[in-house]
Amino acid sequence: MFITKRVEFSASHACRNPRLSDRENEELFGAAANPHGHGHNYVLEVTLEGEPDPVTGMVLDLKKLKELVQDEVVEKYDHRFLNFEVPPFDHVVPTPENIAIDVWGRLKPHLAGNGVRLHGVRVYETSDLYVDYFGESA
Amino acid sequence: MIRITRKFRFSASHRLHAAELSADANRELYGKCNNPYGHGHNYEIEVTARGPVDDMTGRAVDLRLLERLVREHVVGPLDQKSLNADVAEFQAKVPTTENLAIEIYRRLTQAWRSVFPGEWPVLERVRIVETARNIFEIGEAHGQK
Repeated sequence: MFITKRVEFSASHACRNPRLSDRENEELFGAAANPHGHGHNYVLEVTLEGEPDPVTGMVLDLKKLKELVQDEVVEKYDHRFLNFEVPPFDHVVPTPENIAIDVWGRLKPHLAGNGVRLHGVRVYETSDLYVDYFGESA
Repeated sequence: MIRITRKFRFSASHRLHAAELSADANRELYGKCNNPYGHGHNYEIEVTARGPVDDMTGRAVDLRLLERLVREHVVGPLDQKSLNADVAEFQAKVPTTENLAIEIYRRLTQAWRSVFPGEWPVLERVRIVETARNIFEIGEAHGQK
């Protein structure tokens, strides 16, 4: 069974690679390369796979999942300028692709065992653009 | 691998009417959707591409290329059109949203290589929301090539 927790955070980012020149960044990313950054209301969906516990009837207490996502992701990302304040985005371009991979890496170690497995991470940058990541092998 | 999904919208009209069936049978089968003057929807389509993240750009797909592809081959030709009257493929085929999904997937598959000639990204699926209550999906997972 899949269970999904949805959270939101607001952050700014600039789509810029520090290894490229201003001109190259502008050509590659267009308006999103503005060095002063711009922001999004991100929506993050974290999906776990597991079977409901016979006693509690729950795959994982959603309160616990919420706390975990809050502590490991929202606290770190919310109201931050990702490029300047949230590693690895000082050297990794904070596209939604890389945000999804980073979120996966932050949550995965906490979600091993207890019959629960992290299945996927979905990051909505806007309501019209989202990214799914199901781990390296998928 | 990353899946990246971009949503597009277009508005079009259609009439569901199967040429092989009698007028009565069509009315019975399609009900209101058989109205001879047609009716319209605000269609939403989600296009999902899959690929590895490019180290330099941080992107799995160049969204500008994907947007241009979908606008040129899908949104442009279908927006503000009568699917039955204006779209060649639906002269002989009923423009149900199942058939529309097949047609959109075919158009994107056909044009894909000219825009994305490399191994990645690949087209993974197309999802069409005809109304908030009627949703259709087609793609690799459903055996489409």
